[in-house]
Amino acid sequence: MLIYELSLATVVCINIIQAIGLNLITGYCGQISLGHAAFYGIGAYTTALMAKAGFPGPVNLMAAMLLSGSVGAVVGLTSLRVREDFLAITTMGVGFLFLGIVRQQERFLGGELGISSIPSFGLGKPGFFGLTLILVILTAAFSLYLKKTWMGFAFEAVADDEDTARVLSVNVSAYKLVAFALGTAMAGLAGGLYCYFARFIVPDDFGFITSISVLSMVAVGGIGSVYGVILGTVLLTLMPDFFRFISDYKLFVYGALLFAVMRFAPEGLAGLPALVSAKVARTGGAP
Amino acid sequence: MNVLLDVVDVTVNFGGVNALQGVSFQVRDGELLSLIGPNGAGKTTMLKAITGVVNPQNAKIRLDGRDISRMPTHRRAQLGLALTHQIVRPFRSMTLLDNVTLAAGHQRIRSVFRSMVAVNRDPEHQKAAVLLQLVGIDDHAGQTVTGQPLGVLKRLEVARALALKPRLLLLDEPLAGLNHIEAERLADTLVQINARGLTVVMIEHNLGEVLRISQRLVVLDNGRKIADGIPDQVMRMDEVRAAYVGKEKQHAAS
Ligand SMILES: Nc1ncnc2c1ncn2[C@@H]1O[C@H](COP(=O)(O)OP(=O)(O)OP(=O)(O)O)[C@@H](O)[C@H]1O
Ligand SMILES: [Mg+2]
Repeated sequence: MLIYELSLATVVCINIIQAIGLNLITGYCGQISLGHAAFYGIGAYTTALMAKAGFPGPVNLMAAMLLSGSVGAVVGLTSLRVREDFLAITTMGVGFLFLGIVRQQERFLGGELGISSIPSFGLGKPGFFGLTLILVILTAAFSLYLKKTWMGFAFEAVADDEDTARVLSVNVSAYKLVAFALGTAMAGLAGGLYCYFARFIVPDDFGFITSISVLSMVAVGGIGSVYGVILGTVLLTLMPDFFRFISDYKLFVYGALLFAVMRFAPEGLAGLPALVSAKVARTGGAP
Repeated sequence: MNVLLDVVDVTVNFGGVNALQGVSFQVRDGELLSLIGPNGAGKTTMLKAITGVVNPQNAKIRLDGRDISRMPTHRRAQLGLALTHQIVRPFRSMTLLDNVTLAAGHQRIRSVFRSMVAVNRDPEHQKAAVLLQLVGIDDHAGQTVTGQPLGVLKRLEVARALALKPRLLLLDEPLAGLNHIEAERLADTLVQINARGLTVVMIEHNLGEVLRISQRLVVLDNGRKIADGIPDQVMRMDEVRAAYVGKEKQHAAS
C-alpha cells in the first residue's frame, strides 16, 4: 500500500473506533452526546504526555482509555439528572470546557500550539496500521457482543423508555453510567491512536466540528447498528478526501447531512432497505 | 392475615391540584383488592406513589414491614412491586415477546456487571411465551408493538408485570380496551393467579368485574379515601353512591 492510502486507512480505523464508542452511548443507550471529541482529546493528550515522559505505547493507550472512561462516567452522572435536550447542551459544554482548558494551559498542554514531537509507537507505518486494524476489529466485536448480552437488552429498554425500564426493575442510572464509561473509553483509545498517528496534536483536532463529524458518522450509518456505523464512518471519512471542497465546509456539510438523515431516514444507511421497501409498498410500486 | 403493603398518609400535590390528601390503607398478604373511585379521584397517582414513579409530598410506605418510601423505583420493583400502566407504555422498538422477556430477565439485569457476561435468553423467552399465552395474546408474540389494538397492549402490560415475579401486582385498569369476553377471561386469570398466592391491587372502572372478583374495596374520591371494606357493604354506603352518582350527574350535564 502507498503511504497516502495507508494513512487514510489508519484514520478511517481511528474514526471507526471513535464512532463505535459514540454509538454505544447514543445508539445502544439512547443518550445524546455532542462532546464526544473531548474524550477523544483526553485520550490523545494523555497519550502524548505519557509518551513524552517515556512510557511504552500499550501502557499509554490503556491509560488513555482509563482516563477518558473515568471522566466519561462523571459526565454520565449529569445524564442522570437532566432530560435529553439538556444533556445535549451539557455534553456540548463539556466539549468546549475541554477545549478551553487545553488552549489555556500552555505549560503542560502546549496551549494553542499543542504538543509536538511525540515519540513513535515503534511499529512503523504499516505496523501501526495493523495495530489500529486489530483494535477496530476488537472494538466492533465487543460492541456486537454487547448487543447480544443482557446488558445490551437493558440498554435497549433504557433507550426506548427509561421510565418504563425503571418500573421493570432496570437500574437505569447504572446502565447509563456504564454506557458512558465504555463509549468514552473507546473515544480515549481512538484519541491515543490518533496521537501516535499524527505525533503532533493541537486543540482544534478535538473541537466541536470533530464531535459533530462523529455524530454524523453514527447517524448516517444508522444509529445503533455497528455495521451501519462502520459504513457511515468510512464514507464520511473518505468523502472530504475525494471532494476537496468539502473539507472547507465540513461543519456545514456534516450538519446538513445530519439534519437530512434525522428528518428523512432516522435509521440511516442501515435502515435504508426497509425504508425503501416501505416506500415502494406505500406507493403501490412493484415489490 | 399479614399486612403486605402498608400505606400511611400519602399526600401528592401537582402544582395546585391535590391529587391525594393523607390517604392510608393496607393490603393484606394474598388478597385481591380493588381501588375504585370516579375519574380524577387519585387512583393512578396512588399506585405511582407506591412504586415511586411519583414523588409524594408526604408518605410512609412499607412493603412486608420494610420502609420503601425513599427507595428509587427500580429498587421497589426488585423488592417485588410490579405496576401496569393505565396508558400503555410498551417498548415500541421491541416485539411483544421481547417486552416480556426483558422483565422475565430481571435477575439477569440486576447486576450491571453480570449482565455484561450473560447472553443466553432462552429460559426467559420460554417464560415470556407462557405468560403471553396466560393472558391470551400468544398469537401476537413475534409481532412489533406498532398497530396492536389496545386490548392486546393492555394484556401485554399484565404479562410484563407478571414476568417480574412480583410479591404485589398493581394493576391500573387492566380490563380497559378489552371486549366483554376478553375482560371476563382476564379477570378469571387474575383470580387464578391470586388463588396461587399473588397479592393483587387493581384499579378498575368495570364495576361488574370488580364486584365479581374483589375480596375488598378501597374507594377514593377527590384525593381522599371515602370507604374501605368488603364489596357489598362498601357499595351500599351513601358516600360511595353519592361520589359515583354525583360524577354521573356531572357527566350528564356536560
Ligand atoms: N402529572 C400530573 N400533573 C398534574 N396533574 C396531574 C398529574 N397526574 C394526575 N394529575 C391530576 O391529579 C388528579 C388525580 O389523577 P389520577 O390520574 O390519579 O386520577 P384517577 O383516579 O386515576 O382517574 P382516572 O379514573 O380518570 O384514571 C387529577 O385531577 C389529575 O388531573
Ligand atoms: Mg387513572
